[in-house]
Amino acid sequence: MKRRIRTYAELGDAAGGSIGAQVAAQTERLTRRLGAIGHVVAIASGKGGVGKSFITANLAAALVRRGHRVGVVDGDVNGPTAALMLGAARGPLTVADDGVHPANTAAGCTLMSMDLLLASPDAPVRWREPADGGFVWQSTLETGALREFLADTAWGELDYLLVDLAPGTDRISRLLALVPDPSAMLLVTTPSAAAASVVTRSVTHARDAGVRDIALVSNMDGHACPSCGSAVPVFGDEPGAALAERLRIPLWATVPFDPAVGADTDRGRPAVLAAPHTAAARALEALARALENHVRTRTRAEAIP
Amino acid sequence: MKFLCIGCDTVMSFAERELPGDGTMTAVFTCETCGREVAMLTNPMETQLVSSLGIQVGGRTVPEQPMELVRGNLATGGAAFADAEAPGRVTWNEDATERLARVPSFVRGMVKRIYTDYARERGIATITTDVMDRARSDLGLEGM
Repeated sequence: MKRRIRTYAELGDAAGGSIGAQVAAQTERLTRRLGAIGHVVAIASGKGGVGKSFITANLAAALVRRGHRVGVVDGDVNGPTAALMLGAARGPLTVADDGVHPANTAAGCTLMSMDLLLASPDAPVRWREPADGGFVWQSTLETGALREFLADTAWGELDYLLVDLAPGTDRISRLLALVPDPSAMLLVTTPSAAAASVVTRSVTHARDAGVRDIALVSNMDGHACPSCGSAVPVFGDEPGAALAERLRIPLWATVPFDPAVGADTDRGRPAVLAAPHTAAARALEALARALENHVRTRTRAEAIP
Repeated sequence: MKFLCIGCDTVMSFAERELPGDGTMTAVFTCETCGREVAMLTNPMETQLVSSLGIQVGGRTVPEQPMELVRGNLATGGAAFADAEAPGRVTWNEDATERLARVPSFVRGMVKRIYTDYARERGIATITTDVMDRARSDLGLEGM
């Protein structure tokens, strides 16, 4: 007679210590932390080099200027730049009972970034792992790092937590596994066919995942000629407005290319602070206003039973 | 992952975990009905797979520490973390400080915090090597 051995499912929680229980505890910690945050906003693209971090830094600075409490998660674990762009204070991060305290920044927001944890400015992110098969768990470690940045940082009460995601459409689903319903997902593009192609995939990806609020930010969209002031296209392909219409998503900002404001931001002085009179800074301020209006409407809609 | 003692139809309980330092792991499970013991041995890849999830085989003896996964797995990290001075300050004597210094730097802050919390919760003002030994035994901190 064949012997009967109980299955894993039949054992239930017997003997405790199950992986499921530990994962559930991690999720609970994340939920508790995000409970003190008004709105989590993802800044993504899918495409690299379109200026996600530039947009994030300036949006954060603009929101602070408008009186909001803002935190930023640099979700680009392997290529972190937010600390540079926001002028983050360097030095050991304090570990206290309520978590790891984020760095303060010159832009007035708080920040958690892998850049703050590395030994030196030229140190790459390298994990302690067996020499073989690193590809198996590197993405797990990176997602784990993002989870810890969100859940273990003592953000306190925030109005906005901006999450700057790394390139790759898969990063969108990784974030959604942690934050299933962000208040908004901003997809950053440039008027190039290559960017439009990837962003189109990202929109499909986000829609398939059930993201309700997707908006487009078109960066480096035109350039004001310093001599005559007329608008000159930088890329010459599909402008952001046309892409937004084709994808049926709102366009929240069209940010013209301006080498000076880009350089300012790279030096830790976001354009909205360093050069508020420029067309780029005004567009970024408009982005902050669009986000405010959006969350106000969304909050009202959620309040209606 | 669970271990079932077939003869007793009893789920075996996690007893102890050892990390020899070569990337492998040994986890011992015991049948509380008949006393039978089983050792689960994992190779470095299997150990890392679990570690990458921020999970501990057999469950946790102390709560997960803030950013434990990043602090424990980042090879190129610097002295990025500093423990906050908590009320009811706990001091370390010379021997305990010396032993703590032998803990790998990337987890030293976390280990220090675990011992400090242990002492504070029990009203211990000074951490000695005896206190550390007691904490290791009470909390199951093998290798710390």
